[in-house]
Amino acid sequence: MIRLINALLAIVGGVGAALLLYWVLNKLVETFPAKWEERLKPWVFIGPAVAAIGLFLVYPAIRTFILSFANARSTAWVGFENYSDLLGSEAFRQTLYNTLLWIAVVPAVTVALGLGVAVLADRLGPQSEKLSKSIIFLPMAISGVGQATIWRFIYEARPEGEPQIGLQNAVWTALGFDPVAWLQVDTLHFNSFLLMIILIWAQVGFSMVLLSAAVKGVPVDTLEAARIDGANERQIFFRVIVPQIWATVITVFITVLISVMKIFDVVYVMTNGNFNTDVIAVNFFNELFRNGNNGRASAIVVMLMIAVLPVIIYQVRHFRAEEAAR
Amino acid sequence: MTTTGTTPPPTPVPGEVKPRRAIAKREDAAAPGAGKANWLVKLALVILCFLWIVPTLGIVVTAFRTPDAANTSGWWTVITSPLDFTQYTLSNYSQAWNEGMGNAFINSFAVTLPATVIPIMIAAFAAYAFTFMEFPFRDSLFVLIVALLVVPNQVALVPLLQIYGNVGLTGQFAAVYLAHIGFGMPLAIYILRNYMSTLPKAVVESAKIDGASHFKTFWRLIVPMSVPALASFAIFQFLWVWNDLLIALLFLGPGEKEVVTVTVAGLVGSQNQGWQLLTAGAIISMIVPVLVFISLQRFFVRGLTAGSVKG
Repeated sequence: MIRLINALLAIVGGVGAALLLYWVLNKLVETFPAKWEERLKPWVFIGPAVAAIGLFLVYPAIRTFILSFANARSTAWVGFENYSDLLGSEAFRQTLYNTLLWIAVVPAVTVALGLGVAVLADRLGPQSEKLSKSIIFLPMAISGVGQATIWRFIYEARPEGEPQIGLQNAVWTALGFDPVAWLQVDTLHFNSFLLMIILIWAQVGFSMVLLSAAVKGVPVDTLEAARIDGANERQIFFRVIVPQIWATVITVFITVLISVMKIFDVVYVMTNGNFNTDVIAVNFFNELFRNGNNGRASAIVVMLMIAVLPVIIYQVRHFRAEEAAR
Repeated sequence: MTTTGTTPPPTPVPGEVKPRRAIAKREDAAAPGAGKANWLVKLALVILCFLWIVPTLGIVVTAFRTPDAANTSGWWTVITSPLDFTQYTLSNYSQAWNEGMGNAFINSFAVTLPATVIPIMIAAFAAYAFTFMEFPFRDSLFVLIVALLVVPNQVALVPLLQIYGNVGLTGQFAAVYLAHIGFGMPLAIYILRNYMSTLPKAVVESAKIDGASHFKTFWRLIVPMSVPALASFAIFQFLWVWNDLLIALLFLGPGEKEVVTVTVAGLVGSQNQGWQLLTAGAIISMIVPVLVFISLQRFFVRGLTAGSVKG
C-alpha cells in the first residue's frame, strides 16, 4: 500500500515539478524583450525532453562506445581487445550465427503468416473476422516472460515412463517415440528454431493487424479492373494487392527485424543461452550482469549498433520522404 | 468497448501506414470479399486459431488444477474428465499471490505508472514546439529523434548502471522508471508531433491573433485536441514497461522490490515449486496488460503502428 502511495506521489511530484518548471521558465522568458522571448520560448518547451533524451540515450550511447575500448572494470584502456576477444571466441561466433538465424527466419515468416491471416480473415463475415483476429493478436499483450512460461509448458520433458505433461512430448510419445528434452537438442540448431516459434507466435498478430489495414485500403476499382481483365485470384493477390501494400510489408518486416535483433526475455527465460541457443542480447546481459565485464558488454552493444545502423538510415530516409510528401 | 483493431481509425493517425490512401479505403461492411469464404479458408483459420490459443489454454487450465493433478497428468486430460472437481482448485492463486506475486504486482504498478504518466507531459510540450514553433536546428533535432526510435535500449545500459551505482539509485523504483521515461521519450515525441501536425494550423494562428500565448494555446487548445494520440502512447508505454524484463532485472533485480516479470522469470528457474504455482503466477502477471489491451485495443493499435520500431 505504501508503495502505491509512493508511486502516486512520484507521479504527482514528477508531473507537478515538471509543470512548475515549465511555468516558471515560461514566466521568466516572458520578462525578456519580445524578440528574445520569441527566440527562447521554443527551448523552454523542448528543453526537458531534450535533457531526458540526452541524459538517458545520447550520453550513455557515447559512453558505451568509449567503454568498449576499456577493460572489465573500466579502469584501463585495452584498445580493440574486447572486440578481438569476442570475435576470436567460438562461443561468441555461435552467438552471432544464432542471431543471424533468427534474423533470417523470424521476420520473413512473421510477415508471410500475418499477410496470409489478413487476407484469409478478410473473406470471413465481420463477426468471425473480429474473433479470429483477436485470438491471433492476443499474445502481443503478453510479456516475453509470460510467453516463455506458456511455451515452456509445451516443450516440457519428463523421463521415460512418467506421464508427459508437456504437449509436444505427449504427442511424440503417443506416436511411439521416446520423450525428448526438446530445448537441449541443438542438432542443426533445432532448439533455436523452437524458440523462434515463440516469437513468431507472439508477433504474427501485429503483422496481421497492420497488413490487414493495408489490404482493406487497396482500392476496390483496381481489383475489379483486374477481374474484368480476366485475372484469377492468385494473380490479383500477387500482381495487384501485394504491390499496393508493399510499403506496409516493409514496415512490418523492419519492425519485427528490430525486435529480433534485440530478442532477450524469451531466450533468457527458456534456456539462458545454454545448449547453443545464445543470442546477442542475452550474451550482453550475461557479460554485464553475471560477469560484470563492462568492456565486453559495451563492445557487444557497439556491434549491435553497427548492425542496426542500416535500419536507422532507412528509417530517417523514409521519414524524410514522408515529410516531403506531406 | 472492444474493437479488434481491424477497422483502421477514421482520422489520419500519426505514423499510420499510408494515411493518404485512407481516402480510397473501402467500407468494411461492403468489402467485396466479405462472407465469401469457402470451407477451405474457414478450415485453415479454425486450425490457425486453435494452434494460437492452445498454448495459452494450457497454462490457464493448469493454474486451476491441484499440484498433484498438474504435476502427474497433462492439462488436456481435463477434457476427458471435466467433471472431476477434485482436480480443480483456486488456492494456486492465493499461494502464488502470498509467495511474492502480490508484492511484485504492487511493485509493477509503482514502476509502470510514473513511467507512463510523466513522459506524456514532457513529450507534449516538445511536440508542440516541434510542430508550431520556429527555432534553429528544429529539423535536425527531430531527425535525431526519428533515428533514436530504432536504437536498442541496450546502448544505454552499461553507463546507466555505473551512474546509478554512483548516485545510489540502483535498487530504487526511480532507477527503472527514470530510464523508461528517457527511453520512451523519442517515441512519445514522434507520435505526438505527427498527430499535432495533422491539426489545422489555422487554430493556432487565430489563437495567436487573439493574443493567446503559446502556453495558453498549448493547454487550452492543443492538449485537449491531442487526447487520442496521448492515449495511444500511454497504452503502448504502459504495456511496454509492465512487460519489460531486461531493465527491471538490471536496475531492480530480484528481491523486495522485484516486479512481476522478474518474479515469474525466477519461478521458471526454480521448478521444484511446481507448475501450478508458476502458471498461476504467470497469469497474475498477465492479467493487467491483457485487460488493458482488450479494452483499449483501438488506441494500442495506433501506438503500435507509429512506434512499433521502438528500441
